[in-house]
Amino acid sequence: MSEQRRLRIFRGTRSSGELKEYAVEAGEGMVVLDAVHKIQAEQAPDLAVRWNCKAGKCGSCSAEVNGRPKLMCMTRLSDYPVEQPITITPMKAFPLVRDLVTDVSWNYEVNKRIPGFRPRTPDAPDGTWRMFQYEVERPQEFRKCIECFLCQDVCHVLRTHGKHQEFIGPAFLVRAAAYETHPLDVAERRDFLKTEGGIALCNITKCCTEVCPESITITDNAIIPLKERVVDAHYDPLAALWRKLTGKSND
Amino acid sequence: MGDVRSYEHDVLVIGAGGAGLRAAIEAAAHGAKVALICKSLLGKAHTVMAEGGAAAALGTVVDQDNWRVHFRDTMRGGKMHNNWRMAQIHAQEAPDRIRELEAWGALFDRTADGRINQRPFGGHTYQRLAHVGDRTGLEMIRVLQDKAVHAGVEVHMECTVIKVLVVDERAAGALGYFRETGRFALFRAGAVVLATGGIGKAWQVTSNSWEYTGDGHYLAYDAGAELIDMEFVQFHPTAMVWPPSVRGILVTEGVRGEGGVLRNSQGERFMFRYMPEMFKGDFAATEQEADAWVTGDRMKNRRPPELLTRDVVSKAIVKEIEDGRGTPHGGVFLDIASKRPADFIKQKLPSMYHQFKELADVDITKDPMEIGPTTHYVMGGVKVDAESQMSTVPGLFAAGEVAGGMHGANRLGGNSLSDLLVFGRRAGQHAAELAKRRGRPPASPRAAVDAAVQGALAPFERPTGENPFAVQAALQDVMQRKAGIVRDRSGLEQTLAELERLTERARHVGIAGSREYNPGWHTALDLRSLLAVSEMTARAALERTESRGAHTRGDHPDSDPKQERRQVVVRRDADRMTVRWEAQPELPADLAKLIKEGA
Amino acid sequence: MATSLRDLHEGGFGATLRRDSWWVAPALTATVLLSFAVYATWAAGTGTHYEWGPYLSPFYSPLIQTSWWPLSPAFLILVFPLGFRVTCYYYRKAYYRAFFLDPVACAVGEARHGYKGESKLPFLLQNVHRFFMYAAVVFIFILSYDVILALRWPVDGAWRAAGIIPAGSPRTFGIGLGTIVMAANVGLLACYTFGCHSLRHLVGGQVDCFSCARAGQLRYRLWRGVSGLNRHHMTWAWCSLFSVALTDLYIRLCAMGVITDIRIL
Repeated sequence: MSEQRRLRIFRGTRSSGELKEYAVEAGEGMVVLDAVHKIQAEQAPDLAVRWNCKAGKCGSCSAEVNGRPKLMCMTRLSDYPVEQPITITPMKAFPLVRDLVTDVSWNYEVNKRIPGFRPRTPDAPDGTWRMFQYEVERPQEFRKCIECFLCQDVCHVLRTHGKHQEFIGPAFLVRAAAYETHPLDVAERRDFLKTEGGIALCNITKCCTEVCPESITITDNAIIPLKERVVDAHYDPLAALWRKLTGKSND
Repeated sequence: MGDVRSYEHDVLVIGAGGAGLRAAIEAAAHGAKVALICKSLLGKAHTVMAEGGAAAALGTVVDQDNWRVHFRDTMRGGKMHNNWRMAQIHAQEAPDRIRELEAWGALFDRTADGRINQRPFGGHTYQRLAHVGDRTGLEMIRVLQDKAVHAGVEVHMECTVIKVLVVDERAAGALGYFRETGRFALFRAGAVVLATGGIGKAWQVTSNSWEYTGDGHYLAYDAGAELIDMEFVQFHPTAMVWPPSVRGILVTEGVRGEGGVLRNSQGERFMFRYMPEMFKGDFAATEQEADAWVTGDRMKNRRPPELLTRDVVSKAIVKEIEDGRGTPHGGVFLDIASKRPADFIKQKLPSMYHQFKELADVDITKDPMEIGPTTHYVMGGVKVDAESQMSTVPGLFAAGEVAGGMHGANRLGGNSLSDLLVFGRRAGQHAAELAKRRGRPPASPRAAVDAAVQGALAPFERPTGENPFAVQAALQDVMQRKAGIVRDRSGLEQTLAELERLTERARHVGIAGSREYNPGWHTALDLRSLLAVSEMTARAALERTESRGAHTRGDHPDSDPKQERRQVVVRRDADRMTVRWEAQPELPADLAKLIKEGA
Repeated sequence: MATSLRDLHEGGFGATLRRDSWWVAPALTATVLLSFAVYATWAAGTGTHYEWGPYLSPFYSPLIQTSWWPLSPAFLILVFPLGFRVTCYYYRKAYYRAFFLDPVACAVGEARHGYKGESKLPFLLQNVHRFFMYAAVVFIFILSYDVILALRWPVDGAWRAAGIIPAGSPRTFGIGLGTIVMAANVGLLACYTFGCHSLRHLVGGQVDCFSCARAGQLRYRLWRGVSGLNRHHMTWAWCSLFSVALTDLYIRLCAMGVITDIRIL
């Protein structure tokens, strides 16, 4: 069941590089990462690629396959026509380290800035809380994020416009949403989202949702609800009036 | 040492999985300045792949559950070979560690009354695994990761440690290199915590990632510490077998916990034939009873035999395949489609559904999965003090999979995630306290650092040397064939002979290219650890002339009472690996009674 | 073929390594939206043929007779649904991609410009969406009332010659094909409106802890309901856009005498 496949892989550094073509014997069920590993083991031991679990759970092997952001371990060779070479390039939104590896450290810096989880006081005398399945399911969707950063890569605010200083990107809006919709959390993040988070830079064009390997509905379930929360705090005169009259914050 | 960047911390934690993160958080909470080194990016460690759940006697589902029952299950699952004190501490402290995660933001699945839900798992008397669908490890690591980051822990990503520095017979830091630049870094510290995970990459079929090369085991060995129980390597019974490229990828025990059954090619539920004497009476005798337990009353009916411990199930599967009742691709069938509705499967096992759909074109809500055993976990590891997790080298601690003793001869599913938390915390606390007592770390021995750096760079001087990937593949091949699930004397002797040849080959591997993110170089350096842990496993396995738990000798199929609670200790003597036997301390009378008579 | 990484990737508008027909979707969106705009502007501008028998075009409902407004009354009405759709979280995606090419498709190059997203005027105004939503909800009731009116037919058939029912004519229950068309239109509009992201937020999305909030169970159920519709917001957005235009067209053609309405009951 094996057949010859051609892969054009970016080889190079930040300053220069090229698409190098490799031929590889592909067996049944092989994914792009398998082919890259085979090339690494047999033809190019210094071919740089980042990977860990090879099961779509850790989000390390992000790259672009024929121009589309993908996890290499979950992308099967058989999804592509045999006649054409498959082009594999590193993620575009981050600085290149070498070959298929990019420097994603910016993401970790961003994560540090998001106000962390802060629970309300415990419900029970033993220091525990009561939460119900129906209400934890909403944040649980966001907790599926494996930090592959494919959504960051595809987001044109980062990818094309390079607003890394002003915008935290879809992945960390998802993280913020996980805290924001957590039944126990009482921390305030709306100002952070509006200012440092740069949520208004998102123009909800949903590329992030399209590439998410965990099928998180990033735009509709995470970003838009956060935008609405920001509207509550900053752009809704009726809500402001209501807060004034009742003396309550409606979060 | 001009090329080597230097850092100074109170506590250095090597490894950023569950144990490393928990240790770092605790050390920071005790006021220590902490550095955390990860071989990969933060949050990608192996913990992220843990699926089923974390075992803790919370008693939220079955209120009869308590630490005593959990302790008894752990000891019996470990074939009485566990460090009893570790098993006791683990069972006692796990519930607090789980509740603590909730306070830090973890969102476990819930019971109807709003508490943490618990799922049944192999070897556990009651439903005991706190879980989040089938991505419990991801939830844990994310919570710990954010907690550590907000606690001010300094994280060094994509950094591999190649040597633990010992000054005046005490651990005083470590030397590593950053993958991105190939530059070396010296981390001086008052205490070092190893939390590097396991050794599964020494086998061909494994659920473990590239990182799992036994670095911590090797570093401890190299530093002069003792290691125990290295013959006990767990082969998880259920992993994917087809297509070839996914062979070894884990299929969570949760599938069986939620009602999945094992069948051979003749459609027989064969596990009923493999009930060990020790567990007779604890498990269902008929399919009707097992099914009734799955769907109905768990108090009146007994558990299905698919939920026997992993060693038992793995061996049963191997036997079925050997006897010609395997599937076309050399596995057996795991079927949940006929036992549970599609929606239930998708809700409880979403990533399994996804994994089979994407990688094997199998819809597990309609068809059975083809599965077989895979290398999964090493019970053996660094010998540590049960209370403090300190190794036999002062200042060197170990927690999680790299530490030995807690799981005995076989680990129960779910006990690993709670082990990480319980002993990660203890290691972090004691490391911080020790570092505080010791004050500033001593200057590191320049000669040792220079020698280590030179050794690490040596492959670059042999650009035409052998490809390190070839040596790695040869090692995995021999370990798979001769030191796998069933071993025997001649096979193990052949393994040792082959490892000697491979050690020689490893000395001559060569690398082309630069030091910047060069996987060939990384593999060349990992070979050292892989060879060391393979040798430890083979030597210890050769010593233990009996079958116990995960260690199965074809030429000694039975347990030998004379080897009960005796363990093989490995350590370095100059350049030689030495092996000796040691008796474990007796169990206190009350605990022995508890195990015998039930909790 | 030495080259830098940037050369390999999208360097300018339309540059990409993608091999699929990424331009089809935005081109289709642009075509359909433009066609609708042209039709709606024309239909609203005519000021005629918006009524036939008990039927009233959604472009002209509620019926407004003013002296101060020089143009067709439809423009006064259409401001609200237009505002609702322009600020709609789905349509924003559609037209940012199709008209502003920002981005035209995922991982496809854009022309360089000072991108500000929705952080500055005019797009900052998208934040008023919830106020248009309030109006849109009112319109669902108005249009539902029109459907009720479309169930009441004159007893006497003399009106058919002019197509206009004289005031005070005695009426009886009846259903025509137009009634069904109008009802279907309201149904689709309701699915679109009640699946609105802002509504989803206001009915329950803003609550974190349903089990401890006041009326938490009710709000959770409302949120679930709106979420169910919201999942297919795009589908409802397109279907209701078509249905509104087609409803107007149907009534218009009846009024112009081009087609004959079928009386069902």
